Amino acid sequence: MDLNLSPDELQFRDELRAWLNANVPRDWSEWREKPIEESFPYLRAWQRKLHEGRWAAVSWPKEYGGRSASLTQQAIFWEEMARVEAPPMANALGLGLIGPTIIAYGTEAQRSRFIPKILSAEEIWCQGFSEPNAGSDLASLQTEARLDGDQYVVNGQKVWTSYGWVGNWCELVVRTDSNLPKHKGLTVLLIDMKSPGVEVRPLRQMTGESEFNEMFFRDVRVPVENVLGKVNDGWNVAVSTLMHERGAYGARLHPLFKRNINRLIELSRKFQKNGQVAAEDPLTRQKLAQCYAEIEIMRMNQLRGFSRISATGAPGPEGSIQKIFWSELNQRLQQIAQEIFGPYGQLLGGDSHAVDNGIWSYGYLRTRGNTIEAGTSEVQRSIIGHFVLGLPKSY
Amino acid sequence: MEFGLSESQQFLKDSARKFFAGECPSAEMRRLMETDTAYDATLWSKLTEQGYTGIIFPEAYGGVGLGKVELMLLMEEAGRALLPGPFFSTVVLAGSVLEAVGNPSQKEKYLAPICRGEVRATVALVEGGGTWNLQDVQLNVTDGELTGEKLFVTDAAVADFILVVARNGVFLVDSKAPGLKISPMRGMDLTRKLYDIEFRNTPGEEIGGTTNLARAFDIVTAALAAELVGGMQRILDVTVEYAKTRKQFSKPIGMFQAVQHQCADMYLETESSRSAVYYAGWALEENSPDAVTAVSIAKMYASDAARTVGNRGIQIHGGMGFTWENDLHLYYRRAKASETTFGDATFHRERIARMVIDEGAVSAKHA
Repeated sequence: MDLNLSPDELQFRDELRAWLNANVPRDWSEWREKPIEESFPYLRAWQRKLHEGRWAAVSWPKEYGGRSASLTQQAIFWEEMARVEAPPMANALGLGLIGPTIIAYGTEAQRSRFIPKILSAEEIWCQGFSEPNAGSDLASLQTEARLDGDQYVVNGQKVWTSYGWVGNWCELVVRTDSNLPKHKGLTVLLIDMKSPGVEVRPLRQMTGESEFNEMFFRDVRVPVENVLGKVNDGWNVAVSTLMHERGAYGARLHPLFKRNINRLIELSRKFQKNGQVAAEDPLTRQKLAQCYAEIEIMRMNQLRGFSRISATGAPGPEGSIQKIFWSELNQRLQQIAQEIFGPYGQLLGGDSHAVDNGIWSYGYLRTRGNTIEAGTSEVQRSIIGHFVLGLPKSY
Repeated sequence: MEFGLSESQQFLKDSARKFFAGECPSAEMRRLMETDTAYDATLWSKLTEQGYTGIIFPEAYGGVGLGKVELMLLMEEAGRALLPGPFFSTVVLAGSVLEAVGNPSQKEKYLAPICRGEVRATVALVEGGGTWNLQDVQLNVTDGELTGEKLFVTDAAVADFILVVARNGVFLVDSKAPGLKISPMRGMDLTRKLYDIEFRNTPGEEIGGTTNLARAFDIVTAALAAELVGGMQRILDVTVEYAKTRKQFSKPIGMFQAVQHQCADMYLETESSRSAVYYAGWALEENSPDAVTAVSIAKMYASDAARTVGNRGIQIHGGMGFTWENDLHLYYRRAKASETTFGDATFHRERIARMVIDEGAVSAKHA
């Protein structure tokens, strides 16, 4: 056990720091609060720049434009990005989830066709997994693909698709054989979103915005060469994507949480609670300290998880504790913020009295989704129960 | 950066688990807890043979010279076995205080025999106010004599000497010194006995000032949290096993999500406590600037988690979990005692608050 950065890790960090100092845009704060439709070209340009410096996908193998970065280096990457308040990258799902899945399961032709444009943000990717009747029970999905000559014909509906409105391509899980058991008859298709029969509609969420979309597929024709992995092996391909979602994603959250708790501590000196400055109110102090501590533990859990992944080669079901931990912690953080702000906590962006222009009232609502998206807390607990602790399957 | 255990650390942990399972199985632990002192000379000499009594102390004094992470691993396994007797008091508590406060000749005289397994010892800190704050200590030593009372002193009846924390220093009192009265307190934890100690013009040898005590107590606090982790792991293991085999409604109860999800939470709480404890051990070893915060984080989280894991473990065992014959309550009792010892979660949250909330603290720490 040695938590000091190794010489390789230090070199990686210093090289990145130097590059970021020279290249990170200084005007992101002016764009940050604009609607994403407006800022999207900005985010594309930023990703292109990162790609030119070979920083867009550090975890990817060198031969595919990455740096074969270790998990620790990936964590360093996200910490440094947060430190300079760098904008996010436009093609988040392509870089984080779908690209790695194409590298793992794709043919050589698919890799050379798709990977470069994922990196350069020329083609934005979205993910068609959940359906109205297939949420936690993803394998029961019904969108079907029927083989017709050298094309599949796709019919069905997907929901909760991030980046659907701007997506050029989609990693779509479909049922190719309804006679097989539900996990066995699935296949992953890579679908051109411009194909006739694809319709994307915004899905308005409880925060009032539309981060996600619904997608409808009517007789959409997909060439067989766009099958990712093997036909009827789509469950394994999809699970590999989900594991990336649960494993490495936490690493980029820690710096954001850290920034939030530090800001909240700062704000606690400006608000009154129980007749005194909130920062001096014993109960508020207890809650802030608890939250601060859990944010530190979230990072320690991640670092220990990295070591386990390095030892075993792949993110395992233990990643589910990270997902439960960060999502529930984020909700507690927002609740403490609300307690500190009192009536000001409810004010939305645009109100002149709103705290930090409404990011906290937004956060309070938005974090309700954290324990639902990317696998509900209930599903994560069942994964731990069955796959980690060896208890009988409960569903 | 590597958060996994090294080969030698893993070896130490595995061999400690094997050792405690062989030398201190449940039946032996229960036999000892029924005795007045929970001390067994044979077990002590075996602990000594393993080098455990000198684990973190310098080789110059007969110790093994291992690091704080190794201490965490050993305490984790001791906690898993619910090791009864004065190991914590003698080695972790008295040993750390002597190392932090004593001069070389005192270490030769008092620490070396601890490493060699020849003596038992403890530390007397808490007074009537029941707090672990050094500033709350009232006892003042005048002309080398102690008069006053200390409470919640662990394993005092088998200690050859007691290190007494006074306002004006740390003083060593021989167990046979005049004016010393040691009376048992009836604590919930049957494996680690508590005592009320009264001094009346009792002579004490000054060991050193109190300045370096904080560092020693941070090691002790982290080690207690490590011990809690071992207890939690044990409760988790037996509970999962029970949930797999116990059947109701013709199904293993672990199949019901109401049960299974509680097991998942026990796993989350145990693993998170372990992460915090290992990190604290490392931070102490490296004298990292956040070591004190890391210790409080570990003790705070593990104190609460051990209680919660115990609650869930007993609940999942149903009626069986409520019986005397099941070991769960023994771990649960230890968890309650260790929760308060060296500060409960509330105490440590306030300590964290002072370091990260109070003006200037955050910027200093994250500079």
